[in-house]
Amino acid sequence: MAVEILREKSRASVPEVTIGATKEEGGTRTHTITVGGDSALPFHHFEGEIKNRPVVALEVQDIVPQWHENLTKYYSDVIDNPGQWAKKCVEEYGADLIYLKLNGAHPDNGNKSVEECVAVVKDVLASVGVPLIIVGCDDEQKDNELLVAVAEATAGENLLFGNAEQTNYKSLTAACMVHKHNIIARSPLDINICKQLNILISEMNLPLSRIIIDPTIGGLGYGIEYAYSILERARLGALQGDKMLSMPVIATVGYESWRTKEATLSEEENPSWGDAEERGILWETTCATALLQAGVNILLMRHPKSVALVKKHIDDLMVSNNY
Amino acid sequence: MALTGLEIYKQLPKKNCGECGPPTCLAFAMSLAGGKASLDSCPYVSDEARATLESAAAPPIAKVIVGAGENSITMGDETELFRHDKKFYHETAITLRVSDALSDEEIVARTQKINDLVFVRVGLEYRVQAIAVENASGDADKFVAAVTTVAKNSGLPLVLISDNPDAIAKAIDIEGVNKPLIYAATNDNYETMTKLAIERNCPLAVKGDNLDDLASLVEKVVALGKKDLVLDPGARSLSRAIADFTQIRRQAIKKKFRPFGYPIIAFTTAEDPLEETAEASAYVSKYASMIVMNTVEKAHILPLLSWRQNLYTDPQVPIRVEEKLHEVGNVTPDSPVYITTNFSLTYYSVEGEVEATKIPSYILAVDTDGLSVLTAYSDGKFEADKIAGVMKKLGLEEKVNHRNIVLPGLVAVLSGKLEEESGWNVIVGPREASAIPAFAKTHFA
Repeated sequence: MAVEILREKSRASVPEVTIGATKEEGGTRTHTITVGGDSALPFHHFEGEIKNRPVVALEVQDIVPQWHENLTKYYSDVIDNPGQWAKKCVEEYGADLIYLKLNGAHPDNGNKSVEECVAVVKDVLASVGVPLIIVGCDDEQKDNELLVAVAEATAGENLLFGNAEQTNYKSLTAACMVHKHNIIARSPLDINICKQLNILISEMNLPLSRIIIDPTIGGLGYGIEYAYSILERARLGALQGDKMLSMPVIATVGYESWRTKEATLSEEENPSWGDAEERGILWETTCATALLQAGVNILLMRHPKSVALVKKHIDDLMVSNNY
Repeated sequence: MALTGLEIYKQLPKKNCGECGPPTCLAFAMSLAGGKASLDSCPYVSDEARATLESAAAPPIAKVIVGAGENSITMGDETELFRHDKKFYHETAITLRVSDALSDEEIVARTQKINDLVFVRVGLEYRVQAIAVENASGDADKFVAAVTTVAKNSGLPLVLISDNPDAIAKAIDIEGVNKPLIYAATNDNYETMTKLAIERNCPLAVKGDNLDDLASLVEKVVALGKKDLVLDPGARSLSRAIADFTQIRRQAIKKKFRPFGYPIIAFTTAEDPLEETAEASAYVSKYASMIVMNTVEKAHILPLLSWRQNLYTDPQVPIRVEEKLHEVGNVTPDSPVYITTNFSLTYYSVEGEVEATKIPSYILAVDTDGLSVLTAYSDGKFEADKIAGVMKKLGLEEKVNHRNIVLPGLVAVLSGKLEEESGWNVIVGPREASAIPAFAKTHFA
């Protein structure tokens, strides 16, 4: 009996966003990374094109982070050297992108000067060939000053900068416009604010093809289902032609996963939860694999083994399933 | 797709005899549409009308029950493609495989390990649901022995995996085996397997080589009179499985394509147990009602069960925690007290950050009907007099020596009134939970 395959027709697709610029394009990256371009729901190769595979960015910070030992042991030889740390992420752990968080600029974390931060960024750029994602320290005032300077110092590299938020998007948007970078528009688990922020940013004339959205996720066990449904709704909207919800999505999987007790509590403290490291790896992995099904394009991650698992999972999902 | 009262009315005899209870056929039709009456009460309905009405009223995906008693599993009866449209109803049953090629001791040990896969987190208990005994040896006696051992050592429902109908027939008769899922009817054996499933009244899995093959086979099995089925389209790779499961669900819900109106069973294929867990998580997301897998490690199963729990929550009902004075760490009468709402997402965000402060503390979760801080405030459910009342009701005075409470920064506006109502000193905390560690460092360290 021949079953008639049901194919949903999409009216639109997710815009493609390219991060990085090679020498020929005015930057110094060895290659660029393009995300988005999907014209069907995630991995529905049978009814549309999943043009670019989702990518994984590994997180590097400019100061030694207070991370769990099950993470830091993989970076112990490089954790005080952002350039070497980034290099290890790319060469040993297969990072598609480096996500550099300039946490040391925060007044509570050492209050590094703008010049020091720019030097860190340049060091990381010199150490790796992959494109960078650069985010500030979550202090609005400092970030405005800091990110504008970093954007200027890296003009031509076509990097991805975050985070623009509803209350604070103008200076970063302007910097990305002038110095030709891409921007992360971050909204707090609210599809309306997500859309509104995209409108505000594009009203400043930053093209849609240079916006990545971070609708904020909850971690596994901590509200991930809200994020999952918001992402599903946004992607369905995008495919139906809602341009202001259509951009590729970034998700802070590593951050949300490694602050949960499920990822970090030792087996001695709770024997009924089993081995701590494998539990942590899978807590992060499952958060990623769940969100991949809702349409995430860039995953920010931390544990090298989670990265390996997720990349293998993406390989398997990218195999055509056309009928 | 439920029919409206008028659509049902057209099918009724329109005698207005009143023998069904309601005085008129129209009134009866309305009761039927509202699910308050059964068509059986009408003595005059024609067979043709009955068939039309029953098929229109049947759920797009049949409900199938495996096992009996309190451990039985309900699968299927789903109505949505996306959880935000309503909700997903019956959680994916995580089923662990036991091979009959193992020794008896190994089977006992593995069964015990499966029994122990019970987890408590955020006040909920997570469990795996079934054990699949596989006739990997190909030997009927070994299979029967393995099923006997598993049934003796576990109360979980069983899936019996064998292509030998005799082996399955014997296994069903073993004491403690109750309505197992028979896996599977295939092109080669469907007549015998279907007959067996009908005779013993057990649910039956149907395995095709692909979607077309599956649809044909299901029609044949249904024609033989078996209706509680579980579908296996034979996909054994992640991408193919996602596509096939999506097609089955879509065809059932959007087209009411009957051969696909049953729950789906998935099998993991990755050999590495961590990869296997990742693979299974995708099947949880994409419509599997049962997943048969190999790993029985707690550290692997907990993340998977957590994702399943999250996905199957009702998006329209906020999840709540109990209104009480929660303790984080080894609290003393000097420990700080944080106030928040009982919306679980809010509460657990606060709890996680308070835990991160490493300062034992109390968190007072005020019942706001599961609304977050700002929403509850704008809805009048998080007011000064209410908070003061809850503080009193829960006996905060007796728990701590000090008279200081931390109020969420988003409702700083309540602080004056709350001081007045409670007589306590109100410290305005941060607006976001993530700022609690820094806040605690300056105030309580």
